[in-house]
Amino acid sequence: MDLFPPIPLAEWIDDFVDWLTNAAFLFDGIEGIISAVLTILTSSLGVIPEWIFIVALTVLTYTFAGRSPSLTIAVLAGLLLIDNLQFWDDMILTLSLVIASTVISILIGVPVGIWMAKNSVMEQIIKPVLDFMQTMPAFVYLIPAVAFFGIGMEPGVVASVIFAMPPTIRLTNLGIRQVSTEVIEAADAFGSTGAQKLFKVQLPMAKTTIMAGINQTIMLALSMVVIASMIGASGLGQQVYYAVGRNQAGAGFEAGIAIVILAIILDRLTQSFGQSRK
Amino acid sequence: MAKIKVEGLTKIFGKKSKKALELLNEGRTKDEILHETGCTVGVNQASFEVEEGEIFVIMGLSGSGKSTLVRLLNRLIQPTKGSVHLDGKDLATMDEKTLREVRRKDMSMVFQKFGLFPYRTVVSNVEYGLEIQGVPRDERYEQAKKSLELVGLKGYETKYPDELSGGMQQRVGLARALANDPEILLMDEAFSALDPLIRKDMQDELLDLQTSMKKTIIFITHDLDEALRIGDRITIMKDGAIVQVGTPEEILTNPENDYVEKFVEDVDRSKVYTASNVMIRPETVNIEKEGPRVALKRMRDSKISSIYVVNRNRELLGIAHASDVSKLVNDEKESLEDIIDKDIPQVDPNTPVNDFIELLTSSSVPLAVVEDEKLKGIIIRGSLLSALTGNEVNLDGSVSTDSTS
Repeated sequence: MDLFPPIPLAEWIDDFVDWLTNAAFLFDGIEGIISAVLTILTSSLGVIPEWIFIVALTVLTYTFAGRSPSLTIAVLAGLLLIDNLQFWDDMILTLSLVIASTVISILIGVPVGIWMAKNSVMEQIIKPVLDFMQTMPAFVYLIPAVAFFGIGMEPGVVASVIFAMPPTIRLTNLGIRQVSTEVIEAADAFGSTGAQKLFKVQLPMAKTTIMAGINQTIMLALSMVVIASMIGASGLGQQVYYAVGRNQAGAGFEAGIAIVILAIILDRLTQSFGQSRK
Repeated sequence: MAKIKVEGLTKIFGKKSKKALELLNEGRTKDEILHETGCTVGVNQASFEVEEGEIFVIMGLSGSGKSTLVRLLNRLIQPTKGSVHLDGKDLATMDEKTLREVRRKDMSMVFQKFGLFPYRTVVSNVEYGLEIQGVPRDERYEQAKKSLELVGLKGYETKYPDELSGGMQQRVGLARALANDPEILLMDEAFSALDPLIRKDMQDELLDLQTSMKKTIIFITHDLDEALRIGDRITIMKDGAIVQVGTPEEILTNPENDYVEKFVEDVDRSKVYTASNVMIRPETVNIEKEGPRVALKRMRDSKISSIYVVNRNRELLGIAHASDVSKLVNDEKESLEDIIDKDIPQVDPNTPVNDFIELLTSSSVPLAVVEDEKLKGIIIRGSLLSALTGNEVNLDGSVSTDSTS
């Protein structure tokens, strides 16, 4: 099959990436913002004494996640275990990375989702982009991320955002499109402006669906922490990565379990926010 | 002057609406246009006028374009051609901002499946129209409460729509539409999703409200009985076009074409008419100031053999028969009290004719139509028969009503 010479796709992309580095000031700016957010998160979360943090999260879980005693006890025990295994600081770093990625994903994803819902042409354009973002192996994002943002937490956040944002966009779009025509007609018939319709009717009605998307985004961001550790993002992911490198099954599982505990807490809490009536 | 004047209002769905419009002007049918251009004619050159304070019913089967037509009136659907004049302004061409003002102040809509906001409480649903106009919180809450009271939902303010029954949800929908005090109410199959008994209650309630509110109501329905019950005038639509506009009587007695005729031939008049439609005014004596002599004279004058006895408040006490009364006169008694026959058949004014025909045929005296103990009228066989055969019940001025007004 040498009928056609091989397409130099790799070279094109390399050229494109090289060309993009011309916009270094832009990436520096983004990096600055991300690192500021991360610093604020890690230092403010890190300042809180462990026991206050544990009590607060336990109470939060109990009040919002259906007042289930078994879940509350599991959360309490899980947090104590993380502390006992000496993973507290790593957990705070990972949590910061997840929160930063999620916040950025929401800030970009929800408006994009709204735009998609309001404009069918945009939907046609964005949908394949989202498919691409989600199906491309997450490792691939690490390469340009390093090129633009160097090594550390920041490129980890960028790679997580690219990988984790699609569900928020998709479900925001879906949630708004699912609002029944009669309710939309009612909003229009009473003389709502576009913004009133969006904020008073469409977003509140899409809230549950959007929260499901955000929940997915958080889970995906958490799943990126090990991958992000390959480019120097510290935290629980790094512990797993080290354990893999040194072939220490026990240490790997310890850090892995800490990630699972964090995942469960974040999952239950965000799910309960989606279900609660305003 | 007409409140709303609609002229040549047309809606064509599809991409080649211009071509379809040309074909429509050439007088081609809906099917031909669909075949040739792929466009659907939703509403075909509808023209009519709605007078202030009337209930104007637009009726047609599903697919006749009635729901599209009502949405063209407040421009939830953009008309392809034609005009909707409201107090002289053309809604079809006005700019977005003016249109929004009209929707906020002049027109409200009630929806078939209620269209309530499920995440808002009942009162905050009702407040919505005022909220988006920027009415202060306290003021709009007061107004919403008043509106809810009007539709009989006092005390349900803090409930959520899904905690209410269908009938109650539609009351919320109605309250929401009334809260910003519009001149015009658009009701799109507002009662169609309710079960028959509730639907009838809501129809009655709407008529009650209308006597005090005097709104201009445009009511969409597919149910002819409903149309006849509540409509001051009725429009019948078919394939997007208006077939006939007229009062219920005109539609029933003088159908414009075969289509309308087929529609109305199924109407069972005994179902449409209620006691209040066929009753006539009775002869009565007031027991508190009139005695046997007056009663006897009155019976003799109107050539009847019994007379209804009421008190000062026109509450029905019973019936007095001529033979008993003349006995009292002979005995020189002063009061009718002793001879009142209390055993008389009674019906409520809202009872459908169907439900009391049997009672009437088995009774030797007329039926008394009674509401809140008060005697409203009586029903005799003659007046009932003439009503059912399509004639107006109007016996020498001594009578009351025709079919629906």
